[in-house]
Amino acid sequence: MKLERRLSQPWWLSVAVPVGSLVVAFAVMGVILALTGHDPGETYRKIVEAGFTGNGALSATLISATPILFTGLAAAVAFRMQLFNIGAEGQLYLGAIGASWIALQFGDRDVTSTPLFVVAMCAAAAALGALWALIPGVLRAFARTNEIITSLMLNYVAGLLLTYLIFDSSSYWRDTSTLQARSFPQGKPMPDASNWPTFGSSVVVPLGFLIGLAAALVVWVLYSRMRFGFEVGVMADSPRAARYAGMRTRRKILAVMALSGAIAGIGGASQIGDFTYTLDGSPTGLQAAAFGYTGIVVAALARYNPFAVCLVAVLIGGLLNAGYTLQGPDFPSGLVGVMQGIILFCALGGELLLRYRLRIRRPRTVNPVAEAAS
Amino acid sequence: MSVNDSLLVIVLAQAVLYGTPLLYAALGELLAERSGVLNLGVEGMMLFGAVVGFWITQRVHGSAPEVLFLAVLAAAIAGAALAAIHAFLVITLRANQIVSGLALTIFAGGLGLSAYVGTELGFSPNTPIEQQFRDLDVLGLGDLPVLGPVVFHQSVLVYASWGFTFLVALYLGRTRWGLNVRAVGEAPASADAMGINVTLYRYVHVLVGGAFAGVAGACYSLSITAGWSSGDALVGGAGWIAIALVIFAFWRAELCLVGAYLFGGLSALPFALQGREVDVTPEFLYALPYVMTIVVLVLVSTGLSKRRIGAPAALGVPYVREER
Repeated sequence: MKLERRLSQPWWLSVAVPVGSLVVAFAVMGVILALTGHDPGETYRKIVEAGFTGNGALSATLISATPILFTGLAAAVAFRMQLFNIGAEGQLYLGAIGASWIALQFGDRDVTSTPLFVVAMCAAAAALGALWALIPGVLRAFARTNEIITSLMLNYVAGLLLTYLIFDSSSYWRDTSTLQARSFPQGKPMPDASNWPTFGSSVVVPLGFLIGLAAALVVWVLYSRMRFGFEVGVMADSPRAARYAGMRTRRKILAVMALSGAIAGIGGASQIGDFTYTLDGSPTGLQAAAFGYTGIVVAALARYNPFAVCLVAVLIGGLLNAGYTLQGPDFPSGLVGVMQGIILFCALGGELLLRYRLRIRRPRTVNPVAEAAS
Repeated sequence: MSVNDSLLVIVLAQAVLYGTPLLYAALGELLAERSGVLNLGVEGMMLFGAVVGFWITQRVHGSAPEVLFLAVLAAAIAGAALAAIHAFLVITLRANQIVSGLALTIFAGGLGLSAYVGTELGFSPNTPIEQQFRDLDVLGLGDLPVLGPVVFHQSVLVYASWGFTFLVALYLGRTRWGLNVRAVGEAPASADAMGINVTLYRYVHVLVGGAFAGVAGACYSLSITAGWSSGDALVGGAGWIAIALVIFAFWRAELCLVGAYLFGGLSALPFALQGREVDVTPEFLYALPYVMTIVVLVLVSTGLSKRRIGAPAALGVPYVREER
């Protein structure tokens, strides 16, 4: 067997390889489930029912899919430039802090001002998320500091900040109005006008999910139809060529990090406006959901294509949702993370088939010497 | 009050305790990186090593040294097994090392395999530990002022880590194999031309690196926390700090030791201050190691950006003989 580099990729391969990786991943997971004494068929049937086909399952899946749609886009935008921002987790927290501040600040309005709230909350969240992402961005651009470690360290700092605001201070976000709230720390509830609307009746679509789809469209236009994306591609493939062509690498690093952080930040705004309606500072709440890390899985499986991110977010969202719903003695905890890891391993292994052609050498039937002689 | 009860001595002694897993993990990452493979899965391998080590102490009965030795060995094998996945993906299948390492952490981490295995075995934070590493009193010198608690009153894990630091430094700097590893990490094509098996060297060092990370995880479940909890709080980012440590240490084993104790001290500070009723916001103290990691990383990278001292030239680049 031999590997040969492909000069061109047939179009069907970029669909077949991710789908094939998913199938292989489910097979591998099936083996693990069987080895640990679970019936794989039964477990998968439960996952599909709880994630997609059951009553109201799709609406619940969209709730899980919304945050990872944002963090997936955030990762895709940065990873495309070989800029490994794994700080979407912290940028999402900062977005949630910003959005909840706006909602509390302009609280006593009536429901007709909801559109204004949506815009203002998204803007504040995007700004804070972008600022948080610019810390590793600036360090990378001007001090050449490894952005992987700095962005990751800031996730822990952002998580501690969240806990501090609700648990260890009498901050603006903390609810101190009742005796109960003073002894069991919790965030202030958001005013009704700041709660985002939902659409649809049989399948409830949160506004945040639609904003995420719009963001995917914007990212696609920016990356596939504009100079911005072209330059990002050149810098990813050959930083040296980009420099010779006079592209401003530093400026682009800052722009891409800010864009990535802003998208993750809006994901935080959607958490506040769509789902929780309060700033959740508990280490077992928003911080335990690990939306930022799941976003990396989504982005990698989508091969950093913004439209594929939307689809994959719903798929992985279904898996997450099934994990929450089925939590209990018959459903192994940690299964969802293991599953994500295996899917990602298979997708990474599958990349090889996109870039290389597997050649199985057969013995030659014609003797080249005899051929030349004749 | 004797000098050994002073805050400084307590923090120093705790710095060694908390620095030990960082040191093991950093030594492992150092070996992998010196052979040219970046493994960002350290955090995941540590969490898995922690649960496997804990499992052995629960299931195997015998004298403490035997059980603990088996537990650490099992944790090392667990770490190496996970590293094998990464090695196969990045060395044989030429996958992106950064994404594969992240995948490993997601796969094995607090929401993945370590939680899966731990809960399948019925463990919880309330499960009492059967055997754990106890501090020794070496040569009866544990009561010496300052040096006693810091140097002579530690567990076997600490003393073994000094031995491993020495061995790794010796191996990389003074042996033919070490020279070959460095060649593989710096210029794999030249190493290949010299007849060094690049693939084999990389596999071995990534696996041994994983084994070190597994042991680092066992330091938490068998010594520092002496228990197991689901989620990633048990290790709490130490794997990532260890990766940063390798950079601060300019890819040198002996400097890993210094860095590990520095960051061990920062991690220990909140716990040491808790007993003293010092009025500092705990979140601020908990954030210190993370913030300091960023600060030191910036200092190192600005000071050395002109010539990257120590970084293996081929770090993160897959080696393909036909495409060199």
